[in-house]
Amino acid sequence: MKAAVIVFPGSNCDRDLAVAFREAGFDVSMVWHKDTALPQGVDIVGIPGGFSYGDYLRCGAIAAQSPICRAVADHAGRGGYAVGICNGFQVLTETGLLPGALLRNAGLKYICRTVGLRVETAASVYTEGYTAGQVIDIPIAHHDGNYFADDETVAALRGEDRIAFSYADNPNGSVGDIAGILSANRRVLGMMPHPERASDARHGGTDGTAMFRALGTALAPA
Amino acid sequence: MKARVHVMLKNGVLDPQGAAVRHALGALGFDGVERVRQGKVIDLDLAEGTTEAQVRDMCEKLLANTVIESYSIELG
Repeated sequence: MKAAVIVFPGSNCDRDLAVAFREAGFDVSMVWHKDTALPQGVDIVGIPGGFSYGDYLRCGAIAAQSPICRAVADHAGRGGYAVGICNGFQVLTETGLLPGALLRNAGLKYICRTVGLRVETAASVYTEGYTAGQVIDIPIAHHDGNYFADDETVAALRGEDRIAFSYADNPNGSVGDIAGILSANRRVLGMMPHPERASDARHGGTDGTAMFRALGTALAPA
Repeated sequence: MKARVHVMLKNGVLDPQGAAVRHALGALGFDGVERVRQGKVIDLDLAEGTTEAQVRDMCEKLLANTVIESYSIELG
């Protein structure tokens, strides 16, 4: 079971994500943004939080044009798994692998605290460790986490059961309280909250552990 | 040759920065400012012969996120 974590200039949750993958049983490679290919046999790619390229132009916009993101898009195009957290979610929307975009928080403030997150669907390798409707405690830390998509897109996400998580108490103005979404084939997840920061008792919470554990189980060789 | 690209959030997309600027103008006593939208201006120095279509391509691929932003191009 192999995971790759992409490292951009400005990534700051890359090591946390690598540790969470490793704890779940993955061999983890760190992959530099200028690389043009993922390591052979990678099962899942993690795009970590941070401020890739200093958030210049728009959050995630420059990272989405980096050489490694072409390889990530090819991997996802072949049906590979990918998870983008926080800045990684912004990168996934900027690459077009997930619909919508992330705007400045409605309250204009950077928000760093633990929030209640409702698991909207257990039907994905990321969320099957939870039950639908369960509320978990996961930290957020973002300035541009206000998810936006047009009504048609939100209706499609809802209709196809592709909203993975929603906020119990919307902190940033996201449309429909959306905190995380799945791709049409349910293999790409983007979310603003940080499950990797809630995957060890020393973090003050372990509600994120079930995501990585479920991934480890789902992607384990038969 | 030069091109100037204006990037604005689309109508209907919440612009919290614009709203904050409008609020600050009101606090300064400038009454009657009903709405502020804040965007960005990107100036490009380009090789002679660059076409508007090429600049449009730059906007679509990188300079604007057309999910939330509109853009306009001035060549000159």
